[in-house]
Amino acid sequence: MNRRTKERIIESTLFVVGLISVAAVTLICLFLFREGIRLFGDFSPLEFLTGTKWYPTSDPAQFGLVPLFAGSIIVTAGAILFAVPLGVASAIYLSEIADIKMRNTLKPIVEILAGIPSVVYGFFGLVVLVPYLQTSFDLPTGQTALAGSIMLGIMALPTIISISDDAIHSVPSFLKEGSLALGATGWQTIYRITVPAAISGISTAVILGIGRAIGETMTVMMVTGNAAVIPKGLLVSVKTMTATIALEMGEVSAGSEHYHALFAIGSVLFIFTLGINLVADYIRTKYRYKYA
Amino acid sequence: MATHRIDPGISQMLAFTVIRICMLAVLAFVGILVYYIVINGIGHLSIEFLTSPPRQRMTAGGIFPAIVGTVMLISLSMAMALPLGVLSAIYLNEYASENRRVWLINMAINNLAGTPSIVFGLFGLALFVKYAGFGPSLLAASLTLMLVVLPVIIRASEEALISVPPGLREGSLALGATRWQTVQKVVIPAAMPSIITGAILSIGRVAGETAPILLTGAAYFIPRTPDSVFDQFMALPYHLFVLSTAGTDIEQTRGIQYATALVLLLIVLGINLIAVVIRSRYRKKLMW
Repeated sequence: MNRRTKERIIESTLFVVGLISVAAVTLICLFLFREGIRLFGDFSPLEFLTGTKWYPTSDPAQFGLVPLFAGSIIVTAGAILFAVPLGVASAIYLSEIADIKMRNTLKPIVEILAGIPSVVYGFFGLVVLVPYLQTSFDLPTGQTALAGSIMLGIMALPTIISISDDAIHSVPSFLKEGSLALGATGWQTIYRITVPAAISGISTAVILGIGRAIGETMTVMMVTGNAAVIPKGLLVSVKTMTATIALEMGEVSAGSEHYHALFAIGSVLFIFTLGINLVADYIRTKYRYKYA
Repeated sequence: MATHRIDPGISQMLAFTVIRICMLAVLAFVGILVYYIVINGIGHLSIEFLTSPPRQRMTAGGIFPAIVGTVMLISLSMAMALPLGVLSAIYLNEYASENRRVWLINMAINNLAGTPSIVFGLFGLALFVKYAGFGPSLLAASLTLMLVVLPVIIRASEEALISVPPGLREGSLALGATRWQTVQKVVIPAAMPSIITGAILSIGRVAGETAPILLTGAAYFIPRTPDSVFDQFMALPYHLFVLSTAGTDIEQTRGIQYATALVLLLIVLGINLIAVVIRSRYRKKLMW
């Protein structure tokens, strides 16, 4: 075979393999939506999106997404509220305050958090954090949105830390040196120059942290108590969208209304995380070459 | 502004103290988590625990079938994901030039990376279990997990390929080698250690994923190991989930649960450690 023909065949083959990710995303959309949309034969989409009751087994069944959506949002919001300050502060420490040796010791330790499987987080939350919350807040059960928020916050930390750290680290040193040369202290330089210069990267980190938290399943399912009611605070049980799918899929028969309702939740989750990724991508590419 | 009133030196000291406390808090989370699981699990860990199946409705015995199931899952899904991921990365980094194609593929990869694992589970259920007719099985779960790790492997391999200096490729091309010969003989060997590191790190991901296999074939209890890819299987993360939330005598079997968590943790962290060692060893060797 001619060299050039062979090269062309190889290139085409590689292109086809490269398309596998595109094919996967397309198939995910197709199958998710195909199964999800069948709910709307008898059940109105509006009722699904705005209904406040999730009673999948009552007669007639109610598939209102609101309590589950609210559950996901409150757990995620709680997680982000404490993970963002902690994570960004740690990133500042790693890239601006710690010396090289310290940085090289601490980064792998933070990465351990990223490697721990979610079911282990869930287990830890269940056996250590949940009983602790129950006694310290004097609650009927410690399986609450707060427990979910704390565990998810810890799980989102490595994402937030490593991406913020990259962003802060890549701020050109002439900006910092200029500030220091003008007599600013290290801290003034950090909060007036370095952090504002890295803000797009830090925002990306936060957005991806949100994405990570909202899609997490095992941990929230094990620690939040799974009560499908609209939460009135952090100290009550909640059921997230992810946990609902994981818990109820085992009990439904394929093709039933409930089965399709769970796929409809999956579709909502997929669209939601897709949106989050698009926003993160937009911020990342828009501000990437600002200092080039 | 507050900092104009307070002495800048003092405000710096205060700020740095707060920042240090935040860092310590993060490290404390790691420490407490690992400490609890090691301290409570280590007492129940034994050769027998690792090599015998669960007994007495999972209140005694070991976790052997779950370990075997997890190893099978890892092998099958990595066998599929690794070649596909590395070849995708080669296409993106060595061949693709047209921007729109690259943009499309990159969008898809980012999207896959951000998709919640339970959504992969739903997809695996709809496509592999039901539509393709594999039923809940090792095959359906491995295919699903393959998609979960694919973006991880592609990104790690791309990273590896990017760090191969262009001079090596140019040298090879200047000697008359074709692009594929260059990739095969020059680029891949140079990028190999980093590609292996990435692959090993993604094994950790496969070992710990629970939500995707929950819907595609992981079983509550099967005393023996699967004979074919169409069998259901036990897996460590799912086993831990079942033991700690739905087992018999949840309170009495805490020891077994901690030990299972410890084994899972050791496998995942051990895999990560191997990857880090390989990376640092080759980084010293290959100074461009």
